[in-house]
Order: sequence, then C-alpha cells, then structure tokens
Amino acid sequence: MSDTRQIAVTVNGTRYQETVPVRVTLADFLRHQLGLTGTHLGCEHGVCGACTILLDGRSARSCLMLAVQADGHDILTVEGIAPNADTLHPLQEAFRDNHGLQCGFCTPGILTTLIELLRDNPDPTEEEVRIGISGNLCRCTGYQNIVIAALDAAKRLRGSSGASRP
Amino acid sequence: MKPPPFSYHDPRTVADAVGLLTSLDNAKLLAGGQSLMPMLNMRYVLPDHVVDLNRVEGLSYITPRDGVLEIGAMTRQRDIEFSDVVAERCPLMAEAIRQVGHRQTRNRGTMGGSLCHLDPAAELVSVAAALDATVTVAGKSGTRQIDFAAFPVAYMTPAIEPDELLTAATFPCWPRGHGYAFVEFARRHGDFAIVSAAVLIEEDKNGKVTRASVTLGGMGPAPVRASEVERMLIGETIEEKRLRDICESLRKLDAIEDIHAPASYRQQLATVLPRRALIKAHERIQGARA
Repeated sequence: MSDTRQIAVTVNGTRYQETVPVRVTLADFLRHQLGLTGTHLGCEHGVCGACTILLDGRSARSCLMLAVQADGHDILTVEGIAPNADTLHPLQEAFRDNHGLQCGFCTPGILTTLIELLRDNPDPTEEEVRIGISGNLCRCTGYQNIVIAALDAAKRLRGSSGASRP
Repeated sequence: MKPPPFSYHDPRTVADAVGLLTSLDNAKLLAGGQSLMPMLNMRYVLPDHVVDLNRVEGLSYITPRDGVLEIGAMTRQRDIEFSDVVAERCPLMAEAIRQVGHRQTRNRGTMGGSLCHLDPAAELVSVAAALDATVTVAGKSGTRQIDFAAFPVAYMTPAIEPDELLTAATFPCWPRGHGYAFVEFARRHGDFAIVSAAVLIEEDKNGKVTRASVTLGGMGPAPVRASEVERMLIGETIEEKRLRDICESLRKLDAIEDIHAPASYRQQLATVLPRRALIKAHERIQGARA
C-alpha cells in the first residue's frame, strides 16, 4: 500500500502544496519533505517533546500527528520563531543570555512550547513554567537555566509589548 | 517512515464513519492520536485502515443539561481544562484533567479517545467511573447507551463492537457545594498515575457524610469503585484517624505489578490516597460553607 494524499499547509508563513504518503508523520514531513530539520525527533512516541510545533497556535507533538492531518492548517516550527535571519526572538535571546541550552537537542521543542505558554500567560510563576515544560525532556541542563531563561523571556516580552504588570 | 502501511479515511459525518467501520476489515479509529500514534510508530498495532475522526462534524461540544454534562467524543482535553461549565458543574473532572499528560498532549487528546483507549490509570476513565457516567455509542442500527460500570470488559478493552464508535459521554453532576478531589501518585507530573483516587462526598449540616463515591485507578485492568468504603463513610464525620481505619480495608484489593511498582506498593497507595482525597474534599465543603 502506498496511499498518498495532496495536502496544503502553511508552515512559518509559507504555503506548501505537497503529496504525502498517508502514513508519514507530520514530524517526518517537516524534516524530510520540507527540509525543516529544526524540529527534532527524540523518542518518536510522544514522551520527549523535542518535536513540539504549534498547530494553529496550539502546541502539539508532531511525531503524534500524520502529515495528512495537517491539511488546511497553520504550523509554526522553531525556524519560524525569529522575526528574520539576523534577529533572534526575545525568547531565543533570553535562552542565549541565560545558558538555557547546552547540547540544544531539546531546545526547538522547549521554545515552541514556551511561545504558547508566554502568549497565554505573559507573567508566569516559576512553578507554572516548570509545569508548562514538564512535557519536554532535557538531559543536559537540569532545567534550572531553562526556567531562568523562560522567566527572563517573559519579562522581556512584557517590556517589548508595553504591557503593564499587575 | 515509522507507522506501518495503512489506508487512510477521513469521513465528515458519524454515519460515514460507521459506514466505513462496517465495510472495512481491521480498521482503527484515530481520535487525538496521543495513544494510537505512539502505538503505530512502534508498530504495536497494524491496522489495514485508519479512520480519522478529526474532520467529523458535531463531535466536539460540552453541553450542560438537567443535572448532567454531556461531552462530545472529539472534545479536546484542553477544552475541558479551560471550560467554565466543567469547572462549575464537574469540578472533579476539572481537577483530574490538569493531571492528564501535558499541554502539548491535552491540546490534541480527546475525551472519547481516552475513554476508548481505556488505560487502567487514565484520569478521565476514573472520573467516568466515579461519576457513574453513561457513554453513547453509534452503530449501523442507531445509537445505544452503556453504563460506564459495564464499559470496560477486559484490560484496555471497551464494550464497543468493531463497527461502532463512541460519540459522547454523559456525566451526572453532583449538587453545588459537594466535596471532591482527584489525587494521584505518579513518578513525574503528567505521567500516568501509579495509583489515583477520585472522591466525591456530600455532607449534612452537621458534617456527617450522606453520600460518597470513592474510585481507585491504576490498581487493576479498570478503575475500582470502593463500594464497601463508600458504605462505611455514610454517617461518618471526616476525620483523619477514623479514615485511616476505614481506608485500611482497601489494602486487600487486588493490584497489578509492573515495572513501576509491586502490588504491595499499590495496595499501600490505595489506603493512603483516598484518605488524602477525602480530607481535601471535606475541606472544600467546609471552605465553601465558611
């Protein structure tokens, strides 16, 4: 069986029309067919969170979706976070400045997860950040600097949007 | 390419989904994919056909009616988590849902998928048992209702025929002011519970228990209602020392053994978690009255 389907997806603002085998996961589609290898695959069964993307603004594990299910949807991967090739997003800056990554393997999933978290909750507590990233495994950092970076990013984002703090 | 080869179907109506299930051999329903997709990636399941429910109309809703909450099978766990109606009418479910997986999995995972996958430690499965839920199942000859107590027939096996699909679950709501708590013990936040306790109580004005529901998850192939403890609680005042005696009887429940814990460990948790949950439920009643 080599069933295929035509799909139309928007990834990081670019529209793609592609033919995919129906059994290909969204993660493999992004990496192999679109060449967007920023989305990492750790466990491929929904435990590690490295492959997290935003589907219509909501975080999801791209290893647990079929590419054909993304037809008609809007996807953001780690490649789409920075405003342009020369500028980092404040979240990425905060990760760099606070050593929020070591080997970097888990980072794409953590960044996409935090984009959603900080959008929905611009002023999270440390505990809220820890619960928020509890679906993302990092084997290097012990999470300490990830949490520090996330809180720092929240502060930067609040400042940049001019939102007043309660 | 991780999943095994299959043909893919994405019906738009329940009738079309039932039609596919009736005509296809070895078909598997795909809801939120948070259990089936890992099983496909690891090739634990080898379906010839995958019937994706994500484009079926009319299966995602939370509808309060007289004394009950009806939730559509494809309602995302995320939508339950953020529902004001669920928080108000069914606070036990609101508390339990936050312990289901993570944000990324709740964004996709569904009510119906969780109930049909029927993991013995799944929080929503325990909530359905605790609230005496009813599930609605659609087949080629129409729909039928199944009491949740009769829904699990074996380990991870619901009482659904191969040509049927679950369309909704109906949860009777307890009266305003009742006590509730969902307490679980898991290795990490978001993991399946090793053991969980779902508790609901009502008390009279003197603080005596008039109605109780105590459910243990993770002990066996399906959640266990601790009916003996429920009976013993009637007329009691919630108080730690007395609860220790009452909950001690739960140590004799059968328990599974696995890589996470031996049976004796689960039996110990079975005496501890309901006690903690009952105290929390009682404190909530008192808090609401204060």
